Formats: sequence, C-alpha cells, structure tokens
Amino acid sequence: MSIFRRVVNTFSRSKLHQEIDAEIQSHVEMRMADSIAAGMSPEEARRDALIRFGNRVVMRERITAADAATVLDAFGRDLRYAARQLRRSPAFTATALITLIVGIGANVVVFSVLNALVLRPLDLPQPTGLYNVVHQQPAYDNHSYPDYVDFRSKNSTFTDMAAYRIDMAGLSRTDAAYKCWYYKVSGNYFDMLGVQPEHGRLFHASDEHGPNSAPYIVLSHDFWRRHFDSDPRIVDATVDINKHPFTVVGVAPAGFHGPDLFFWPDFWMPIVDSPDPEDTNFLSNRGSHNLWILGKLNPGVTPQQATDNLTAIAQELARQNPADDGLSARLVKPGLMGDMFGDPARSFLAGVMLLAFLVLLAACANLASLFAARTADRSRELAIRLAIGSSRWNVVRQLLSEAVLLSVLGGALGTFFSTILLNGLTRWQPFPEFPIHVTVSPDPKVFLVALLLSIASGVLCGLVPMRQIWATDSAQVMKSGGGAAIVLRRFTLRDLLLGIQITLCTLLVTASLVALRGMQRSLHARLGFHPQGVILAETDLHMGGHSGASIMPVRKRMLEEVGRIPGVTSVGIIDETPLGTGGSTSPVYREGTSDFRMSNSAFGARFFSISPGYLQAAGTRLLGGRDFTWHDDAKAPNVAIVNETFAQRMAGNTSALGLRFALGEKYSYEIVGVVENGKYESLTETPWPAMFFPLEQNPDSDTSLVVRSPLPTAEIVPELRRTLAQIDPSLPFVFHSWPDALAFVLFPARVATAALGVMGLLAAMLAVTGVFGMAMYVVSKRMKELGIRVALGAQAVQLMRSALSRPLILLLSGSSAGLLLGVMASQLLAQIVYQATPRDPLLFAAVLTTMAVLGLVAICIPAQRALRIDPAGLLREE
Amino acid sequence: MARNDLQGTLDLLVLKTLSQMGELHGYGIVLHIQRASDELLSVEEGSLYPALHRMEMSGWIRSEWKVTDTNRKAKFYRLTPAGQKELQSAEKSFEQLVKGIRAILRYA
Repeated sequence: MSIFRRVVNTFSRSKLHQEIDAEIQSHVEMRMADSIAAGMSPEEARRDALIRFGNRVVMRERITAADAATVLDAFGRDLRYAARQLRRSPAFTATALITLIVGIGANVVVFSVLNALVLRPLDLPQPTGLYNVVHQQPAYDNHSYPDYVDFRSKNSTFTDMAAYRIDMAGLSRTDAAYKCWYYKVSGNYFDMLGVQPEHGRLFHASDEHGPNSAPYIVLSHDFWRRHFDSDPRIVDATVDINKHPFTVVGVAPAGFHGPDLFFWPDFWMPIVDSPDPEDTNFLSNRGSHNLWILGKLNPGVTPQQATDNLTAIAQELARQNPADDGLSARLVKPGLMGDMFGDPARSFLAGVMLLAFLVLLAACANLASLFAARTADRSRELAIRLAIGSSRWNVVRQLLSEAVLLSVLGGALGTFFSTILLNGLTRWQPFPEFPIHVTVSPDPKVFLVALLLSIASGVLCGLVPMRQIWATDSAQVMKSGGGAAIVLRRFTLRDLLLGIQITLCTLLVTASLVALRGMQRSLHARLGFHPQGVILAETDLHMGGHSGASIMPVRKRMLEEVGRIPGVTSVGIIDETPLGTGGSTSPVYREGTSDFRMSNSAFGARFFSISPGYLQAAGTRLLGGRDFTWHDDAKAPNVAIVNETFAQRMAGNTSALGLRFALGEKYSYEIVGVVENGKYESLTETPWPAMFFPLEQNPDSDTSLVVRSPLPTAEIVPELRRTLAQIDPSLPFVFHSWPDALAFVLFPARVATAALGVMGLLAAMLAVTGVFGMAMYVVSKRMKELGIRVALGAQAVQLMRSALSRPLILLLSGSSAGLLLGVMASQLLAQIVYQATPRDPLLFAAVLTTMAVLGLVAICIPAQRALRIDPAGLLREE
Repeated sequence: MARNDLQGTLDLLVLKTLSQMGELHGYGIVLHIQRASDELLSVEEGSLYPALHRMEMSGWIRSEWKVTDTNRKAKFYRLTPAGQKELQSAEKSFEQLVKGIRAILRYA
C-alpha cells in the first residue's frame, strides 16, 4: 500500500506540494483565528502562526523526504545536470563516446554471432532434445545407412532418429534448369522435427519401400518463391532431377531449412531414392559413412544415458560386422553440420569473445583514466560543492550519473552500428555457388547484454574517481587553486590504468598480427599443387544422363578437345580437386592381409582418381616412378601413385615403387609412382597419406577438368565453355580459377584473420587515444612550469624529457607486458588461426614497431604543444 | 529492547490522540496534546507534519479533506487498523522505556 502511494506521489509531485501548502495554510489560519480571539492583533497573530513553520520550502522538503519521489526526482536532476556537463565539454564527450562505441559495439557483434551459432535454440518447431549422433573421434561425424537403421531400431533412449545428407543435382523443367543443393532425408525426418507443409504434403516413413521407391521431392519455401513464383499448382507436378522424373509432393513452410544453421537447401528428397539409380548402393553398405544422424531424446533421458545406450549398440554391431570395427557414438549439439564445424567454431568464437571482452576492458581503462583526469580538473568545482554543504555521496552520485549517462548513450550508439553491420552480415552470401546464409541478426538477449555491459562499464569507470572525491580537502584545494600539480609527481591511478590499457592493446595487436602472419604463411604453404594459372571446369556426368561405360569416352573427348584450345598448356581430369568440398578416406592394408577389418589396416589414406596428364596440369611434382597412361585401363593390372607420406609409411626409407597394397579383398594395387605431399582437406592438416588411381580403374561421375593456361581467366573461360558445350550441351559446368575455388578452404582462416585484424585495429585506436589523452593532459597541466623552464633557458630535449617521459615509460612497459602475455597466450591463438606462433622474431619486431609508431603518433601533438610554449605570454596570463 | 527515540514518542502521542478523538486535523492534534498534557507538552508544527506524512505513507493513518465546525477546509486524519496495532506496540515500548528510566533514576 505505502509503496504504491510513494510511487503515485512520484507522478503527482506538484499536486502533493499544493496539498501540503493548503494544509499548512489551513493550519495557519486556524491558529490565527484562535490567537485573534485570544486578543492578539491580526498582524501579530499571522507572524506568530507563520514563525512556527519556519521556511515553507524547507518544511515541504522535510515532509516529503521519505517519498520515493524525492529520490527519483534527485536522480532526474542528476541526469539533467550530467547532460549539461557533458554538453559543455564536447571533446571529452566525443572521446568517451567513441571509446564506448568501439568497446561495446565489438562485444555486441561478437556476442550476436555467438548467440546465433551456439546459444540460440535451433529454429525448429520442437528444438529441445535434438542431438547429432557422431563418432567418438573428433570431426568424424558420418555414419552408414545400415548403422543408422540399427541405431534407430535397437536404442531405447530416443523417441526417433532421422538420417540426412547433403547432395547436389540439376533440377530442370521444360523451360529452365537449376543447379541445386538439397537434403536427402529419411522418411520420418519431417515428422520427427514436427514440420507441417505450406502446400501439398511432406513425405513420411510410410512412403519408403526400399531403394528408388519414392521419387518425391519437397521444395523449400524460398526455392519455390524464387523459381516457381509461389505457384501452389506446382504440387503434384513432375520435374526432372539429373534427367530422372520426380514428383513435387509439397512445399515446406517458410523459414524451415533443416537442422543446419548455415545451409538453406533447395529441396528435400527421400534418402531411399536418388536421381542416379546406382547411387543407392550405400543403403546396404556398412562401410559408406556418408550421412548424419539426428536423434530426439525421450523425455527425461540425459545425453549421457543415451550415449551409453548407443555405445553398447555400437559395440554389439562391431562384434557382428567387420565393417563396423571400432564403431562408436557421441552426442553433439546440432546446428553446425554435426561436429565438423561445431567444435572449431565454438572454440574460435569463445576466443574472439574473449578478445572482444579485452577490447571492452581496454576501453573501460581508457574511459576510467579520462574520468579520473576530468575529476582532477574539476577538483575546484567539487571542492566548492563540498564546502557549501553538498554531501560526498551527492558528488559521487553526480559523477556516477555522468558516467552511466555516457555509457548508456555510447552503448546505444554502439549497438545501433553493430546492428547495421550484423544485418549486412545476415544478407551476405559468402559463396555464390553454395546456399549458405548466416543469420546473425541481434535478438532481445543481445540488446539486454549490450545494456548490461553499458551500465557495468559506466559504473566501473564512474567509481574510479571516487577515491579522489573522498580524499578531497576542500579548504586545501581552494587555497592551492588547481592542486593537481602535486599529484603528478607520484605514480597515480591514472598511470596504472593507462599501463593496463596499453598492455591489453598490445596483446590484441599481437593477436591480430599473429593472425595476419599465419594467414600469410598458409597462403604460401606448399599445397602439393600450383593453383595459379589454372582454370577448373567442374561437373557431374550424371547430370548429363551419362553413367557406367558411357562416362570414359566423354571424358577422353573433353581432354582431347580442350587440349587443342590455343593457349592451353596442359589439361587433366581429377574426380574431386584436393582442398575442394569433397574427398574420401579409405583404410589401406599391407600386402598379404587376409582379415580386412578396420583395426588391421596399416593407415587411412585419402584417395583421388586422376587422368594421365593431371599431375602435370596441376603442377604436382612426380618424385619417382611414372605418371599414368591411357593403357592403365580397366583391363590392365591395378596401379596407384602415392604421396611421400604414404610411401614412407609403407616402405620406410626404402623405395616404395613396385610395392603392393590392398584396399579390400579383391582390390590390390601396385605403386608405380610417388608424388610430393600436399594438403587435401584443410590447410591445417598434418601431412597425410594420399593415393591416386587411374580414372578407368576407379570409375566415378564427378569430373573436374584442370586446365593450365597462361591466358587470363576472362579469355580462356568462354573458349572452354564453347568447346565443352559442343561435346554435350546439357552438361552444367561450373567454371572458376583454382585460387578462387580455394576460397572455401581459406574461408575460416580469412574470417579469423578479419576478426582478429579488426580487434587489433580497435585496440590500436584505443591505445592512441589513451596515450594521446594522457600526454595532452600532462602537458596542459604543466604549461606554467614548462613555460618557466623555457624562460630559464631549457632546451627542447630537456623539455620533452620532463613532459613526455612518463607516457613513454608507460608505453614501453605496457607494450612489453602485452607482448609477454601474447606469447603466453600462444596456445589460445593457435586454436584460432593456422600456424599462429608468436615466437617469431619478425612478429616481435612488428608488434614493437607498431606500438612505437602508435606512441609517436599519439605523442606528436602534445609534444608540439609543449615545444610551442610561449613563456612570456603564459607568465603574463597568470 | 524497546524502540526509543523522540520520533517514536511523537508518533505515540499522535496515534493516541487520534485513537481517543477519532478524527482530527493537524492543528487539532497540536491543541489536544497541549491541553491533555496540561500545557506540559507542546508539539512543534515543524515536527508534526513530517511525522503525519510519514505515518500516512506507512499506512498507520488515513487523511481526508473536510470542512471544520468553523467552516474551514482542513485535512482530517484518522487511525487505520494497522495504526491501531502500531499504537499498541508503541504504548508497550513506551511503558518499558519509562520503567527503564525510572529504574536508572532510582539506582542513582
């Protein structure tokens, strides 16, 4: 009740005052009437009545002292006063605001990304209890279809389990053809995720009747809108996928794009069906690990219980099937393609979040020293306020209101700018050929974090000058006029703050330079091929309706025709280029192995199929033996070319040429050549065994033409396109230069470098403003002293030394400390960027140079100001 | 231990006055206390009104604008049930205070 009334009073403050006045008035009148009745003169009676109340305003204040109104009113007054103070010193306000925008903006951006990728639940109707089932080994995510079926039917901890994989195909209608990315999913997929169709129907488990029994697709809302003009009549229409007829049974609801955060498929197809009939063999092959399992836990079951349950099933399967040897299960949070991107993304984001937080800390240190300096400047004003009776708490509250007002304003602006940036990021499609969107728009949680960060940094910075206020002796301050000169001799809190700030900034600059250097190194790392000067023309012959025996003649014709194009120096074919998006690994067995289970294999090796001439076109050096010829065909003995690591593992230091190895019971190969090591899946991988097979002995429909030519891309591509169209006009080709194609592999490193680079840049800005502010302040405080020195004949060098030695010492010690911390944080950095090692003399030099240059830039203007002191003018002023 | 301060005593006087007189305005309270204590106690206006406002905020008393016998508008206060309870505990603690002071005076 009373609280309610207090709050009501807040809103009707003037009414309350009127009421109090009226009450006092009536009291006065009643006493006057009594006094007059007792014989006083009216004049006397009025004086007597009024005098009992004393000062009317003070009275009123005393009556309402207990109201919430008073507190809130004072707060409003503080805010208004704070705004006025800030308006009066625009330079200070602008510096502080920019600092805050940088600090809080960086955090909002990084937190939004973290929120979108890790914290926010999946954008599905029922996201709780969903987990991807992956293997125990990190980054080994995929299971085989038979294993999926067994996991699903034998477990007791999941409501249901669905399987899905990503594939690419050409979708064509009478008048148009599109290259599409799509999900192949088990029939129960939509039902498990609780999705309802926008139009038509979705397919269900009951539609599956063995391989190639369900030629249906469900279009994504976005694809339907873009290419079918949102026409509901598409339901039950037939489209061709890789030239095989499929029925469009329905359209998925808007916004539904499956469990992967980035990936926006064009349509969904039952996993039992395929546009290429022989492509359904994996359904019965336990060795083909090519799909993700997504499970929904039973209510009340913990992930640990489910893992134990699945592990038991995996062990049983491994006993029964040799191909399942070593099978294991682990649950991971879905959203980032199983664990493939999940772990690296999570640790990267955590690292960047930490760096962003350091930027904010540095910004706060900057701000705190600004506030401390400002408080010292205003010491006279504060002393006067204390002297005329303001309580110290009032003064602190005043300064705190200024700090919080500033920080909330800065936070709002920072959030505003980051929102623009994030919306841009959401619209950005990093790879035009992949349906990848990163939706990172901020949500209420982000805004809340921004507000909390703003207030926290405001309070933190505002409290720093508190000690100064408590120590203020008003009489002393007013006597000495400024009072700050004495403080300058000592090592102050401000110095400490600047030191901390420079340390943090150096740490960040170190981190960003480490990233840049790592990036530069990874660009110059030996890839095992030379991408410069190579154009790739990629296609899948299945999309042109070719299969089996008709594939090789088409490929041979392509090589012949393309080789005849003027300006083409060499050309070859590989099924999938190394460092591309595909690539497979197979266990390798020594000659004589009879028991082909996983644990008996010598090692795993990546494998590729190549045509004669590929090695030359790709620029891969042949270290020994021979390249393939067209005589290495299906009828000839099986041969292979292996890389150095493979040869070394197989033969030690002796020559591997002529040795034999096996991939399975019927698959025995002779090593006929050895090539240099390369990178096959990522730039960060350690040297890994790899083997190359002749195209004809390892048939596949994926075809990447590797065309080396000194001609510019723009000239060679139209020529290539025309030549290839003559061979088969229906084949969709993707043309790009090999360096461009590598962009996908380099993407994480690029993002990391960009993120760290921006952090470093922000830190550099903060360092400059910090040192600048400090040096400027010192010089302005000591104008008089410096003027006297000049008048007494001090040289420029002496002047500089006394004015700027302190900022320089701080810069030097802060930088060293930051560099030291950077070296100690190398483990963290190595997680984020490839080949990040701060133990690099060049890097040390670069960091120190950067900090020195930043210091010089920051000190330049204050130094000039100190040098330009006109002693005569200064002394006259005093 | 009894809560004892001057404010508490003033509260007690005001609450007791209102419980005896039912409904009264500020000036009336001043006069009543003066008269009932045989002019021994006089409540100062400067303390009375802050106390009345505070007690009203605490929900012990309620106020209402009314017209007096002499046809003036005045704010009349009356006790609430919560005020009744507060009065009882204030009386009890005052008794203890008096007992305590008396004991000390006797000892000395």
